[in-house]
Parts: sequence; structure tokens; C-alpha cells
Amino acid sequence: MDWTFNNDMPIYTQLVDKIKLSIVSGQLPPGEKLSTVRELAAEAKVNPNTMQRAFQELEREGLVFSQRSNGRFVTEDMEVIMEAKKAMAQTYIRSFVESMEQLGYTGEEIISLIKGEKEEDKK
Amino acid sequence: MTATFECKGLSKNFGATQALDGVNISIAPGRVVGLLGPNGSGKTTLIKLANGLLTPSEGEVLICGKRPGPESKAVVSYLPDKTCMPLWMNPVQLMAFFQDFYGDFDRQRAEDMLQRLGLDKKQKLSQMSKGTREKVQLIMVMSRKAKLYLLDEPIGGVDPATRDYILDTIIRNYDPEAVVIISTHLISDVEKILDEVLFINRGRIMLQASVDDIRQQYGKSVDEYFREVFKC
Repeated sequence: MDWTFNNDMPIYTQLVDKIKLSIVSGQLPPGEKLSTVRELAAEAKVNPNTMQRAFQELEREGLVFSQRSNGRFVTEDMEVIMEAKKAMAQTYIRSFVESMEQLGYTGEEIISLIKGEKEEDKK
Repeated sequence: MTATFECKGLSKNFGATQALDGVNISIAPGRVVGLLGPNGSGKTTLIKLANGLLTPSEGEVLICGKRPGPESKAVVSYLPDKTCMPLWMNPVQLMAFFQDFYGDFDRQRAEDMLQRLGLDKKQKLSQMSKGTREKVQLIMVMSRKAKLYLLDEPIGGVDPATRDYILDTIIRNYDPEAVVIISTHLISDVEKILDEVLFINRGRIMLQASVDDIRQQYGKSVDEYFREVFKC
């Protein structure tokens, strides 16, 4: 995982996003056991309490669950994972559309530009 | 729960100079706290009071509910702002020295860190560079299993790679019962490992807040926020 952080957002929300991305992309597959808070905090070079807070948030969203004494796992509920994936996609789209609109493009133009870019990729 | 570190109406003046003015702080176990402020704001005075190296003009400092004394010194690991180790010793002798004085000194931890940083255990401190001496002293301080670590400018004199290693060491040796207080100017380097920050200026605490609350509220890092608050 890439553990670099932006300056304009809380660190724990950035941790949530990074772990979420690993889950929805399948890098952390459903049912996978997660490293401990301590290990992950050391890996990301962040305060363990901050990592703990990120996990609490992921638990609240149902993406991970903890089993007493056994550790923490990625959910096996595909529906929850797909929903999170969709929500992330929507966030990306919103910020993309916003930037495009700042450039002066409108809905239809944006779509045709994307299609054009896709054609380029195929060549 | 008793606070690990507490100041109640703490003031200190040196003659006409008011170094600390009515400071109230309470820090619960398990927190890593940044003590941040411009030069001459009272950071070192606060840390020295906590160690019993200075006595308060007014108010009190409590470590795990007790005033500084032999009992508090047994659980406080202090890194002074200047290196002060017997220069005729080498790290092997220094480890024995720390072991004699502190029951909570973990020799294995110290040996591991010395090795990891590639330091020569047989080299006399007097023959080491300033930066290397600082590394050795920090290793000794972090090798204790203390309840309160008071680190006065721990990363000021070392190179960025060693800085990363030191911060890493602080996280890896993190004990949910211990408190680490780090005074520093190098905020962007330490920000990620802090729970909360104390902004101190002219002897007064201006702000006690969590790092993520500051980022949430102001949409900027603690480093950027500090620059704004203390703009010259």
C-alpha cells in the first residue's frame, strides 16, 4: 500500500480511503485476515491510535469486522463491498466532473472527450 | 483514570522574566503529544519542571499523580536538549550505567538499535560526532520502559534518514500505557505520529487539540497551521 498523505485532510480519513481501496480492488480479498493495528501503524508510520480510529470507521461501515481474540478480517459480504466500490467511483466522478466544468466543458462534451480518450487507448 | 502528566496553574519566572504563566495541561495514558512553540516560548522550562530540575514559582506538576521526586524519576525517561553523557564512556559502558540507574532499562532493545544504526559500541563518546552522540543518547532514553518519555528536541540534530528511523522507533516501541511528549520545531516530520499537539507561546498554552481535528477544522496540516498562527 502507498502510505503518503495529503496535508488538507485528517490522517485517519486518508487511512480509511487507502484500506477501502485495497478492499474494493480485491487486493485485500473478502475474508482476509488483516495485520494488527500496531503492525499497520508501523508500516504506515502513523500513530497507532490514528490507525485504530480508521479501523473503527471501517467497522462501522461494515467493511471489516473483528472477532474477539482472533483478529480483524475483511467482510465476506460482497454487497457491502460493491456498494463501497460504487460510492468511491461516484466520489471520483464528482471531483472529475467538477474539474472539467472548471475548464469550461459541459456534460455531453465531457462524455465525448472520455470516449475519444478510450479510442486513443485502443490504438 | 489518573492523568500521566498534569500541570495545574503552573507558573515559573526567572527574575522579571515570566517563562510559564498559569499552564493547565492533562494528558491521559497512551498519547503521543507534540509540544510546539517558537523559540523561547517555554517548552524546555516546562519539561525541566516535569523532571524536577526546576521548581515551580506557582502551581504544580504531577507525574502519575505525584510531584517530581525519586518515584517520578523512576518512571520518566528524559532526553535533555543538550547531550549530557560521560564523554569518556563508550556505548557498552553507557548501557551498564543506565542499567545500574534504571530498573526499566531494556539492554536488548538498546543493543538492537545500536546495531541497526551501525554504531560502534567500542567507540568513546568523546570521539563521536555531535549527531552520533545524539543518536546514542536517544537510544538510551528510548530503551527504557518508562511511563512518560520527555523528549526535548529529539530530532533536531540528526539527518532525515535517521530522523525517520527514530520516529519509527517511537511508534514501534509504543506502549498503550505510556505517554510520549516531543518538543520540536520540525512539525511536518513528527505530525503523523502525534495524537495531539500543544501550542505554547510566551509561557501560555494556546491550544490543545488532536492532529486530525486541526486538519478537519482548518483543512491544513498542523505544520501549515502553526506557520499561520505564529507568523512573524
